[in-house]
Amino acid sequence: MNPALNSAVSTINAGMAPVATPWFFYVLAGLAVVSGVAVITRRNAVHAALALIVTLLSVAGLYLMLYAPFVAGVQIIVYAGGIMVLFLFVIMLVNIERSSKERQFNRMWPVGLAAACALMALFVSAIAKGNKLFPDRGMTPPESSNTQQIAAMLYGEAGRMGQYTFAFEIASLLLLVAILGAVIMTKKKI
Amino acid sequence: MLNSFMSYLGSTVTPGEAGNQFWALIYVLIIFAGVSLAVICMNWLERKALAHFQIRLGPMRVGPHGLLQPIADALKLMLKEDIIPTEADQFVFWVAPLIGLLAAFTVYTVIPFGPSQAVSDMNIGILFMLGVSSLGVLGIVVAGWASNSHYPLIGALRSSAQMVSYEVAMGLVVVSAILMTSLNASGTGTLSMIGIVQAQQQQGVWFIFKFFPLGFIAFAIFAIAMVAETNRAPFDMAEAESELTAGFHTEYSGLRWSLFMLAEYAAMIAVSSIAVTLWLGGWMRPFPNLLHAPAWEFIFSLFPGLTFGGLAAIAVIGTARMPAHSFFKIQRIGLAVFAALLGFIALLLLLIAVAGRSADTSVAARFREGIDYVYWFVLKVAVFMYLFIWYRATWPRYRFDQLMKIGWKVMLPISLGVLVLTAIVGVIFP
Repeated sequence: MNPALNSAVSTINAGMAPVATPWFFYVLAGLAVVSGVAVITRRNAVHAALALIVTLLSVAGLYLMLYAPFVAGVQIIVYAGGIMVLFLFVIMLVNIERSSKERQFNRMWPVGLAAACALMALFVSAIAKGNKLFPDRGMTPPESSNTQQIAAMLYGEAGRMGQYTFAFEIASLLLLVAILGAVIMTKKKI
Repeated sequence: MLNSFMSYLGSTVTPGEAGNQFWALIYVLIIFAGVSLAVICMNWLERKALAHFQIRLGPMRVGPHGLLQPIADALKLMLKEDIIPTEADQFVFWVAPLIGLLAAFTVYTVIPFGPSQAVSDMNIGILFMLGVSSLGVLGIVVAGWASNSHYPLIGALRSSAQMVSYEVAMGLVVVSAILMTSLNASGTGTLSMIGIVQAQQQQGVWFIFKFFPLGFIAFAIFAIAMVAETNRAPFDMAEAESELTAGFHTEYSGLRWSLFMLAEYAAMIAVSSIAVTLWLGGWMRPFPNLLHAPAWEFIFSLFPGLTFGGLAAIAVIGTARMPAHSFFKIQRIGLAVFAALLGFIALLLLLIAVAGRSADTSVAARFREGIDYVYWFVLKVAVFMYLFIWYRATWPRYRFDQLMKIGWKVMLPISLGVLVLTAIVGVIFP
């Protein structure tokens, strides 16, 4: 395996419990990729949704490995527990027999391919130039106060504004607009 | 290996925090066995209590007072033919009960039975519990769909709609309890299950009594939402037998059906544990700060032994009241043996309480402390378990539109109000 990754793992291990073993990473990443492929290749919509749940859960596992337990918890509670239940709720009302006979991919695949290639190029360049772009050691908040440190960054502490307070408020405004839009679209008369 | 086993004995943190896999595994096995045993007891108690509520006797034939009935039922379920309908989606039908069971049992990793009596203490403890227990609904939804039949599908749809609605109110009141943990000198709260109980100890008040009546209202909302969340009466719309035969598990039989039951009861215990941890002081005995003299400590440590002594006394009375006919001879002997067993446990617990009464770090003292913590936690959870039975015996089932109306138009606004008021009161009177 990559010696740089190896040394990074050992530096992280020096101060913390050895969670980030490569074995876990390869299992979780493999699971995410395999189930991600299953999401788009399964003809049965419910099977695709179940595969998507596996993908989301293994991504949550990857977050845990990156010492981001809060993000992992939110991933499970919001995506796997909330959104996927709604997905299944809707899919179950669809006639599976008829929908499984329909054409599976539409004609937008060249666009999708281009987008995937662009994303791939971004990742490759980030890995190639990673040493210059990113600091030697990323900030790894200790696992025992991860949530508290995220809160300090988002909301600030002791009278100071947090690092990302503004971005966070903008995002919440966007969500509020989306909620209002959803309500207005479903209600004919308010 | 032995070294790794022994090194944890003197430690005061959870095995997960100490990084000790052996003890973590032992804790997992103990919890698994304990929960399974609790589900068996709950099964018997529910049938008996429901029967007495309705002026019946309940199970009386298998064992004295039907004590062996759950074991007989379990055997029957294991031996029953396991039917998978031909038109069902085979794989999904097979995997659905496992999803529910896995979700129900995974949450036990973070339930704090004591300050070090948990498998692990996560920084995101309560978030993890809510997230994983919300995965349980996937098992129900998928089971209803895979059965390829009308009643299960309607049951699954009802269940998913109900759980998604009640989860919102539940999450909001949990946040209001977590807000209370931040009312200390540093102003930093915690999501860790052990940290939440320690915050209550530090502030000297269970969160149910904090900012009265705000804490109480939050607790009440949670107590209602958790009944809906576990699909129990009066919110058992997913398996309403008068409308949907058996709801989502109509097509299930034998072992698979019993896995659903196991998951349901395990989830009930898990959500009760959340309520106990957040609002009722977790493992703490009554008045730990007020009555902290060694004498009080000793008196409270006698409670586990006395409880088992009381149970033994009830069993003895039952033995004495057994009809004198020769048909009942074996049952009488069986109940007497059961009474002797309970009495033996009571004696053992009293012995430990006496041996470990000094507040030092000897093994006996630490063992006594551990038993006390687990006892008070389990006692509080047991009260909730009884309440679940009581609800089922008392209230008629809600209609589905009423259920939705209560969830969205009553509980959600109240829980939002409680959250905002808790924040305001917390800032004004910290």
